[in-house]
Amino acid sequence: MTPAEIRDEILDILEDISPDEDLENLDDEKAFRDQLELDSMDFLDIVMELRKRHRVQIPEEDYGNLASMHSTVTYLEPKMKDI
Amino acid sequence: MIAPNRAADLPDEQRIVITGLGLTAPNGNDWDSYRQALLEKRSGVKPYEIRYFGKTLAGICDFEQTRYQTRKDLRRGTRAGSVGVYCANEAIKHSGIDWENTNKSRVGIYVGVTEHGNVETENEIHVIKGFDYDTSCWSHHHNPRTVANNPAGEIALNMGITGPHYTIGAACAAGNAGIIQGAQMLRLGECDLAIAGGTSESIHTFGIFASFNSQNALATHEDPEKASRPFDVDRNGIVVAEGGCLYTLERLSDAKARGAEIYGELVGYAINTDATDFVLPNPERQAECIRMALDRAGLEPEHIDIVSTHATGTSSGDSQECIALRDVFGQSQHTRINNTKSYIGHAMGAAGSLELAGNLPSFKDKTVHPTINVDQVDPDCHLEGLVINDPQEGQRVDYILNNSFGMLGINSVVIISRF
Repeated sequence: MTPAEIRDEILDILEDISPDEDLENLDDEKAFRDQLELDSMDFLDIVMELRKRHRVQIPEEDYGNLASMHSTVTYLEPKMKDI
Repeated sequence: MIAPNRAADLPDEQRIVITGLGLTAPNGNDWDSYRQALLEKRSGVKPYEIRYFGKTLAGICDFEQTRYQTRKDLRRGTRAGSVGVYCANEAIKHSGIDWENTNKSRVGIYVGVTEHGNVETENEIHVIKGFDYDTSCWSHHHNPRTVANNPAGEIALNMGITGPHYTIGAACAAGNAGIIQGAQMLRLGECDLAIAGGTSESIHTFGIFASFNSQNALATHEDPEKASRPFDVDRNGIVVAEGGCLYTLERLSDAKARGAEIYGELVGYAINTDATDFVLPNPERQAECIRMALDRAGLEPEHIDIVSTHATGTSSGDSQECIALRDVFGQSQHTRINNTKSYIGHAMGAAGSLELAGNLPSFKDKTVHPTINVDQVDPDCHLEGLVINDPQEGQRVDYILNNSFGMLGINSVVIISRF
């Protein structure tokens, strides 16, 4: 997957997790938590969905990389480039 | 004139009254439309299909889920939680309580459930089956969704209630048990307002259909609306339903102080146990439970105007309840008997509270809604006062007795008086 495709995939997951949020104006550089009402269970949903959809495993010590869209895509790029 | 009852001798601080209710039933999403459906003999049973089990029938609710919850709330929680949130908010609105200025730490939530957690567990097993049973794909939401207090806890989260909240697991007697628990907590001073009754999400678990079917106790009929037919000679089982009904209960002193409209007073109740079988009811114990409630209320059987029966449409369950009813009410020419499951199916944990709600308007409209779908009464279910197929109008109603029984031999009875 390209970085753009990974971003689309994360957006799709976020739409599932936060169906009431407007994701169109999401700032990729800002933390998700500063823009969306996400709690720790929601972040676990991102981890779970990536596991279910793409068999991507994200160890707990790496969760900090999921802070913003930019950091998430950067982190996932090497893991998902061959998908 | 209303016959005197023992509760009337209590101080107002110990008398428990109904000041509001919120409900969703397969044939109505508020009290008025539900009552209207019962008087117009409108069923809520429809064709239904569920994973693995396939085509069947069910009582399905269509309340507006997003009236009190966001789409995210709905995704996070359970169907039982959603039913409870809807009913609790509707009950508070109906009660006229100044909710904004209510001390939420003095509100208690007591929700009767037949079962909880099956729906989510089945869902997760279905999901991980797609991953060759890899349990790392098992949702982290499973535990908060399946803890037994979930249906009550979701109400607390939604409404900011910080008093006690829990569910009362009492099989299909749970709706009455929730009401009884709420009343007891008010009398103990554990809360000042009780949101109490029962909820059911049971149509979303295939297991309940499969288990009733294996027990030869799941109703079938070519016309879905005729499938739930307690007391009829051709009844062949239960129609499973979802739904909920939660009441606002208050001490009479508090209700009077705020000028609340009072829809009835809880003047008697009882819960006992058969201790004889996992599923087969025991009419002797049922009759004892009814008599215990009457004794506590200081009433005789002939004081009861309406008996709202538990009968679910099973062969032995209905006839066993009728033995108990003939035993207690056999000499009471005046008592009328009906059944609400014939319209909505068996709403499990919500059954007791929903069926009571269906009858309470009789205090005002003086009409007894009938048991529908009775083409021919089973001789084993013969009851003198059984109201069949057409409403009976023009009868003053002062006391309603509501039966609700469940597996493992739990029996519950509540008696509500006109106020």
